[in-house]
Order: sequence, then structure tokens, then C-alpha cells
Amino acid sequence: MKRVQYSNPILPYALLLPQLAIVAVFFLWPAVEAVRASFYLEDPFGFGSTFVGLENFKDTLTNSQYARTARFTLIFTVLVAFFSLSIALLLAVKADKVIRGAGSYRTLLMWVYAIAPPVAGLLGVMLFDQHIGPLTELARSLGWNLQVGVTPFDTAFVMVITAVWKQIPVNFIFFLSGLQSVPKSVQEAAAIDCRSGTRRFWTVTFPLLAPTGFFLLIINITYALFDTFGIVDLVVKGEPGNNPITLVYKVFVDGFRGNDLGGSSAQSVILMVLVFLLTVFQFRMIERRVHYN
Amino acid sequence: MNYRSAARLLAFTAMTTASTASFAATEISWWHAMGGTLGEVVNEIAAGYNETQNACNLTPVYKGTYEETLTSGIAAFRAGEQPNVIQVFDAGAATIIGAKGAVVPAQDLLEDAGKEFNMEDYIAGVRYFYADTAGKMIGMPFNSSTPILYYNEEALAKAGVEAPKTWEDFEVIAPKLKEAGYVPLSQSHLPWIFTENFMSRHNLQFATNNNGYEGAKGTEILVNNEAIKAHFAKVKEWLDGGLFGYYGTGWGDNQTPFQEGKVAMWLGSSGSFGGLMKSAEFKFSSTFLPYWNSVAEQGSGTFIGGAALFAMAGKPKAENDCVADFYGYLTSAEVQYEWHQKTGYVPITNAAYELAKKDGHYDRFPAAETGIQQLNQPGGDWTKGYRMGFYVQIRDVMNREYGRIFSGETTVEDAFKAIEEEGNKLLGRFAKTAG
Repeated sequence: MKRVQYSNPILPYALLLPQLAIVAVFFLWPAVEAVRASFYLEDPFGFGSTFVGLENFKDTLTNSQYARTARFTLIFTVLVAFFSLSIALLLAVKADKVIRGAGSYRTLLMWVYAIAPPVAGLLGVMLFDQHIGPLTELARSLGWNLQVGVTPFDTAFVMVITAVWKQIPVNFIFFLSGLQSVPKSVQEAAAIDCRSGTRRFWTVTFPLLAPTGFFLLIINITYALFDTFGIVDLVVKGEPGNNPITLVYKVFVDGFRGNDLGGSSAQSVILMVLVFLLTVFQFRMIERRVHYN
Repeated sequence: MNYRSAARLLAFTAMTTASTASFAATEISWWHAMGGTLGEVVNEIAAGYNETQNACNLTPVYKGTYEETLTSGIAAFRAGEQPNVIQVFDAGAATIIGAKGAVVPAQDLLEDAGKEFNMEDYIAGVRYFYADTAGKMIGMPFNSSTPILYYNEEALAKAGVEAPKTWEDFEVIAPKLKEAGYVPLSQSHLPWIFTENFMSRHNLQFATNNNGYEGAKGTEILVNNEAIKAHFAKVKEWLDGGLFGYYGTGWGDNQTPFQEGKVAMWLGSSGSFGGLMKSAEFKFSSTFLPYWNSVAEQGSGTFIGGAALFAMAGKPKAENDCVADFYGYLTSAEVQYEWHQKTGYVPITNAAYELAKKDGHYDRFPAAETGIQQLNQPGGDWTKGYRMGFYVQIRDVMNREYGRIFSGETTVEDAFKAIEEEGNKLLGRFAKTAG
């Protein structure tokens, strides 16, 4: 890489300043504030507060509901990441082979991408509504008494379906462009050596897609952990009851609905640590196995 | 723009602002949580107030659900951008009243503005729910409601039964309603109807420290008792036997099947009356919330739910006087009666109740009087309501455990133990927030 030399030693820092300021204001400051608040029990209006040490963390971690929420978040993330990646890969491989009308197919597969998560959640809620949802009718005609909001499994099912549906187009776009960047010469050479298309895919194409796949895996895990907030909120209609929720949603429910700033901050600090560990793990362990050009 | 035109513009702006300021009314803002039909009525009230006088101009702003409204109010208060008036719901009362210095008590506000305040003007059921330990009114009761039983008259006639007075009656008529092709009963708010008001209807203590009114320190919830456990065991039995429908925690999800005529009886708010009048296509009426004859020989009164208006602190005297003036308008018999007629929320003053009676409102709509009559039932030691902190979360715990009872994930015994434990933990934590 070419090293760029600045004649003025302050200039590079000045150029970095806007970005750093944004990081400081929108990430560092709130993060520090969350860490501070997690050691206090505070009156929401800000009149009184008591320093309680690690009590908020202890209360959070010993709460049976928190463990249940963490377990659900893990299962939810694995399911959402797995299904949205695998279905998108399948669609991309198939779309890559289409020659006539390729543009229309691709556009059709991509356009869900343009829908904002809350709108996607709203569509899911409407389709699966207890009283008027057409998909609920369908499930009932097949003998499954689907009741979103009453049976936890059914609620989780709708959350996963909606979250996967919303995420497939993003993955599809990346996989498709990844597939198109696999060199023609490599594909032709492989075709001479091996007749089985499936085997060629797993031994030649798939490894070449690995960098794309790794990138998408991180994106999808982050999506399932955090960006599905709007979907969860709409499916449980703001009042979870006995329905499963994700950890991020619990931070919101306790902090913004319940006004328990200390407890909610402790939860978000725990979440911050988890995300930090996850990122380190991903880059240390998985990236080693991925080969970039 | 050159220098001279800039200066001219500046002078012009200064002039216009000065001139408008001298004529303008004092602006006051009101954040509320009334959507749909209710929101329209709120806007009418504000418009009505603005028309009657020129000194103050009230702007109502819809801020979403009760929880969202309180949260935005708190955030705004911390940023020094609070509205003059905020509507806070029953479960949030402990939070806003507990924060010393967040609000100007309604009683002080009115007295400072030179208005008369007499507690006796208000109907018995609403007097002390939003009051402090000494009985001073902090929040001005606004949309006051209480849970009542609505029933589809056609459905009951078809099954040949009368509306139940007690839960024992319900057990007799429910199978007949089921036979007639209806789900006999649904309800829209388990913590409010089957817990808080269950305690009040049977005159049972709900929390230590005088139901929590004597301060947050050491308050413990007394929800784990035999009467309510027996009730929930019954409800689960009814659910399994097709005598009760549960459609989740959402209010609307449980009201919809009643409106569609699938459910014969529905436990909702007296404030649902206005909406039902518009949407239900069958003849319906209402009666008191049933009680267990085996627990209490006579049902006690219930206490008000809904929400109150709180004047937020840190505002200039002129604006506070406007708020007091608005409170005066709002509690006038005419406005209260109109609000009562259009929404079904109970009138909060005796004068308004008398006006409604004199006008023949209850001859035309007997169902509209149920709520206020129930509030005026004989009171007991434990019928004035409760004051508990982090109560929104306690309600969430209740909803969770009740949902789990119904889906068979837990037993009634374990559920109430969990509510008691988590509830007390939350109350203990809340006591520490005061510092």
C-alpha cells in the first residue's frame, strides 16, 4: 500500500475529527453513561439515586427470566442466521443459472430489501393475526391451532419467519455478486475434472464464496441480535406477557417501559461485553479458516 | 444578502416577534395517550377551552401508549423540555408521585391560582387514588374508569340466561352460553381486572404499608393469597373447558371477539363504552364486575383506573395559572358530562354526575351508569387502590405468569410464588431509587 505523506501534521487528525466526534457522541458517551448507571438505582426523573455496586448485575443474572430470554436469543439468532443464509444461497445459485429474464427474477428476489423492519413486522403480524390473518386461517385448516401471542412457540415461529423473510434479499444480493465473481476459467477447469454439479459447488464454488459467507455471517448474527427489535416489538405488541423476547428487547422493556434505568443499564453492559467477545471470537477463530485472494 | 438587507431583516424579525408576543396568549402544552375516538374527544376539549378564553392557548399532543407518554415525559423533564401537563396512568402513579419535585400538586396549583378546591366535590371513588400520604390531591383525575362486565343481550337471550352477579352465577350460565354457540367470557387486562380490582372487589389487602400509600420503603405485595389462587385455578379450568377465551396480553385482541359477536360477555373498561357504541352491531348492556360469594358476601367497590393529569414542575407562574384555569374548565360539570357521554369514562365530580342524571343520560343508556355506580359501592379498608413502584414491570411479571398458567407451562401455585418474589424484589429496588 502506498503511504501518503501529509505536509501538515495536524491535517490528518482534523480530517478524522468529524468521524471521531460521531463515535464519541453516539457510542462512547452513551456507553460510559450506561456503565455508570448500571451501578446505581435511580429515580427516573433524576432526583434521587443510590449506589448499589454490582447489585443490578446480580439481580439480572440471577433472574430466571433473564436466563430464559438469553436462551431464546441464542436459539433465535442461530435459526435466523442459518435459514436466511442457506435459503439466500440456494436462491442465488439458482438465479445465477437463469439466463432468460434474469433481471426480472433478481429484482423480484431483491425487492423485499426495500422494506423497513417495522413494516416487515407489521406485515408478519397482519398475516398471522389471531382474528383476521390469512396464514392463521391456513394453519387452522391444516389442523394447527396457531395463536400468536398466546402460545409462546407460535409467537417465536412468526418472529423467526418474519425475520428470515426480511433478511433473505440482503444475503441474496451479496451471494449473487459473490457467485458472479468466481472466475470462469476456474469453473471450466473444474467442469473438466468433475461431472457432478453438486460436488463442484461444494469443493470449488463454496470455498471461493467463503469470504462473502463470513462477512454475511457476522452481518446476520448482528441482525438477529439487534435489528430484529422492530419485528419483536410488533409481534408481541409491546406487551410480551409469556411470549419469548430477545435480550435487546428486554433492555427496552425494562428501561423504557418499566423505567428501571439501573437494571436496564446493567443488561446493556452485559450485552456490550457479549458482543465484544463475539467479535473477537469471530475474527480470531473463524477468519483463520477463510481465505481471501 | 448584503449587510444592509440583513440588518433590515433582523429588525423586522425583532419587531414582529415583539408585537406577536404582546398579543399572544400564554402557550401551554398537554401530552396525552388518548388515541382513536378518545383522541378526537381530547382535541375537542382543548379546542373548546381555547374558544372560551383568550389568555391561554392549550395544545394537546398525542404521545402514544401510556408507557410511551410517561417515558417521553421523563426524558423531556430531564432535558428541561417538559410539557405543562402530562397524562400519567394508574400504574405509573407511584413513579411520578414518588419523584419529589417532578410535579406541582393539583391542589396547590389551583389554590395558588386563587381557585377554590374542595375534595368533597369529587366522587368518592376518585378522591384519593392520586393523592399523597396526607390526602392532598397530586394528580387531577382525568379519564377515570373501572372494570365492568359488558354482555351481548342477544347472546344471553338466546341461551336464556341473565347476566351474572357473582362468579358462582357465571359457573351456572357459562355452559348454557357455550351450548348456544358462544365463548362465554373474555377479559382485556389480567393484572388490572383479575388482580388489582379482584382484591378491591373482595376487600382484600394488596400490599403492606397500607397498600403502599405509606411510602415505598418496606412495601411488600400480598398477591400470593388463597382467594386469588382459587380464582385463577377456576379461570384455567374454564379456559380448558371452553368457557373462557384468552387471546393474549393485548387489550384489543380480547375485545375484538366480543365485538364480532363470538364472545358473549367481556370484562373491559367503563371507558370502552363510547367505542363499543360505535363498533358493536348488537344490543349490549353492562353490569358490575362479578365477585366470589364464597370470598365476600357482598362485593365491595372498585377503584379508578385510567389516568390523571399532572402539572410538571419548573414552569413559570403564568403558565401554571393557565393550567389551573384549564383544570377548572375540565372539571366543570358541562365538560365532564360531555366527556362522560362521548367516551364512557366516569364523570369525576358529583355535579357532573347529577347533571348526567338530570339530563336523562342513564335512562337512554343504562349501561353508561354501571361504572360510576360500581365506584360508589360500599368501600372497605382496601378499596382505595394501591401505590407501588416499578409497577409496570410488576404488571409485566403478572402477565407473563398468567400467560404461562394458561398455556400450561406453570401451575397456579408456582406462578403466584414467582409474582410475589419478583414483585417484592422490584419493590425493594424501587425503594432505593429515591436515594
